[in-house]
Amino acid sequence: MALIGCALVIAPLAVGAGLGNAWVRVLDFAALYIMLALGLNIVVGFAGLLDLGYIAFYAVGAYLYALLASPHFGLHWPAWAILPLGAAVAGLFGVLLGAPTLRLRGDYLAIVTLGFGEIIRIFLNNLNAPINITNGPKGIAGIDAIAVFGHRLSKPIDIGGFTVSGATLYYYLFVALALAIVFVCVRLQDSRIGRAWVAIREDEVAAKACGIDTRNVKLLAFAMGASFGGVAGGLFAGFQEFVSPESFGLMESIMVLCMVVLGGMGHIPGVILGGLMLTVLPEAFRHGAGPVQQALFGKVLLDPEALRMLLFGLALIAVMLYRPAGLWPESRHRREMAE
Amino acid sequence: MTVLLEAVGVGKRFGGVQALKDVSLTIHAGEIYGLIGPNGAGKTTFFNVLTGLYVRDAGELRLAGRPLNLASPHEVAKAGIARTFQNIRLFGNMTACENVMVGRHVRTQAGVVGAVLRTAATRAEEAAIRRAAEELLHYVGIGHCAGTIARHLSYGDQRRLEIARALATEPKLLALDEPAAGMNATETAALRSLIDGLRADGLTVLLIEHDVKLVMGLCDRVAVLDDGEKIAEDVPAAVQANPKVIEAYLGASHA
Ligand SMILES: Nc1ncnc2c1ncn2[C@@H]1O[C@H](COP(=O)(O)OP(=O)(O)OP(=O)(O)O)[C@@H](O)[C@H]1O
Ligand SMILES: [Mg+2]
Repeated sequence: MALIGCALVIAPLAVGAGLGNAWVRVLDFAALYIMLALGLNIVVGFAGLLDLGYIAFYAVGAYLYALLASPHFGLHWPAWAILPLGAAVAGLFGVLLGAPTLRLRGDYLAIVTLGFGEIIRIFLNNLNAPINITNGPKGIAGIDAIAVFGHRLSKPIDIGGFTVSGATLYYYLFVALALAIVFVCVRLQDSRIGRAWVAIREDEVAAKACGIDTRNVKLLAFAMGASFGGVAGGLFAGFQEFVSPESFGLMESIMVLCMVVLGGMGHIPGVILGGLMLTVLPEAFRHGAGPVQQALFGKVLLDPEALRMLLFGLALIAVMLYRPAGLWPESRHRREMAE
Repeated sequence: MTVLLEAVGVGKRFGGVQALKDVSLTIHAGEIYGLIGPNGAGKTTFFNVLTGLYVRDAGELRLAGRPLNLASPHEVAKAGIARTFQNIRLFGNMTACENVMVGRHVRTQAGVVGAVLRTAATRAEEAAIRRAAEELLHYVGIGHCAGTIARHLSYGDQRRLEIARALATEPKLLALDEPAAGMNATETAALRSLIDGLRADGLTVLLIEHDVKLVMGLCDRVAVLDDGEKIAEDVPAAVQANPKVIEAYLGASHA
């Protein structure tokens, strides 16, 4: 525990010193994606409801922050007020998505949620007329950075001659919130509600016969998962200081789903690993592929971007073939798959 | 004798199949009531209608005098009817103990806030849930399997686990759908003493079963369904001798 704590504190400083500030930003994104993956894990991993439009809740949180803390409407609410509100509003959207889909399962649910995600994105794209709410495809710029105790995290601070970069400050905030979400997930998993979610995943009819109000319990899963997405979205908007609809496409939903599935559905440490790997590895690849080819062949044969997607696809297939329960599944699952 | 369950004129149709036709029966508190009949007679359909999984087309159901008005399954469970399934439906990837703990859901209340803050009340409730689950596992005779993943249990133990999970909801009426199906003689004998014990502990049992010896030995009264209709209701010996029942089982040609 203490070891993990130390590693989490030192990581951005070491990475910043060794690899540069761009890599600290990668860690910031890793923390955001881990929050998203943990939220989606409640819906997909615990309750077994396949959701392909999860990124919509990230978008709701991000745009809420953008609208309430930017020159667009001239509002400048503080982050500590917007983030809980973002969680609540995203949770409400979760219920809005959940309510009409209660009877659907599997593929059908996946298609409806996919549609929901796209509808939200299309709304964001087009709500610039007749009244300009979202500023359309151009997005909203000039968003207020997140401030903690009056200090804007985008600005570095000096501690005894040692400069801590803005990206590092954001890192500490994001990791603190990610840890809070991990805490909530762990507590929920091992509770009456968590058992009810898993029971629905395992056998919905039997769960009903055991007296579980599957409607409410499913809506709760949608709302909880969505609210984590909403918080992550708000943090994203404050961190980037810019949002536009293209950050919230289907590819992003699929990416988060991959983190959950590759890491180990329903297993919190596995999901965290999935989120970390799928943020850091592609980035490492993007930076590494060009120079490595240069060194091996004397020129860049394949565009790193294309190569990255190719290898990502291959990695996905390999994991599904050889570790179908994910890279770090629950031990009971592992036993299952070994048989 | 007090009446626990009263069904009056219950009907259910699936497209062209009239699975239940005007079925009326009364189950008294504390008895073991058998429900038998040939394959496709409508026994499981009656269970599904009773527990709210299917919506009935006609008729009334009353539990201890209170009507079950087209209630949804979780409300039926809350009202006091628990069931097992003909083709076992456990939570396969959960442990035996967790399966029974899920059964306590309807009698407990911890919500998200309680779970996250782990308040004193939640901790006490959680401990009580676990204790009750372990006791029930012992009661049905699989106490040593508490930590085993449900789908790894033997067939007979899975049936027992399903009964323990149903008992965890504190039912007034326990409905068992062919609990002895696929069991060997030893397992069936153990099941028989388990059900006998349930009656001794004051529970009312509604039992669907094909094993004639088990039904005749256990049940206080038996109803026979044929083609969705109740054709007999009596003590086991009388039902066994009833020509209509013999005809239903052997087919019209033998009558
Ligand atoms: N969900 C359903 N949809 C359509 N028909 C159904 C459905 N459930 C049951 N039936 C039909 O209703 C009739 C009664 O079936 P049911 O399962 O109640 O019989 P059963 O008495 O339990 O038989 P068994 O002893 O084989 O379990 C059958 O003809 C069956 O095909
Ligand atoms: Mg049946």
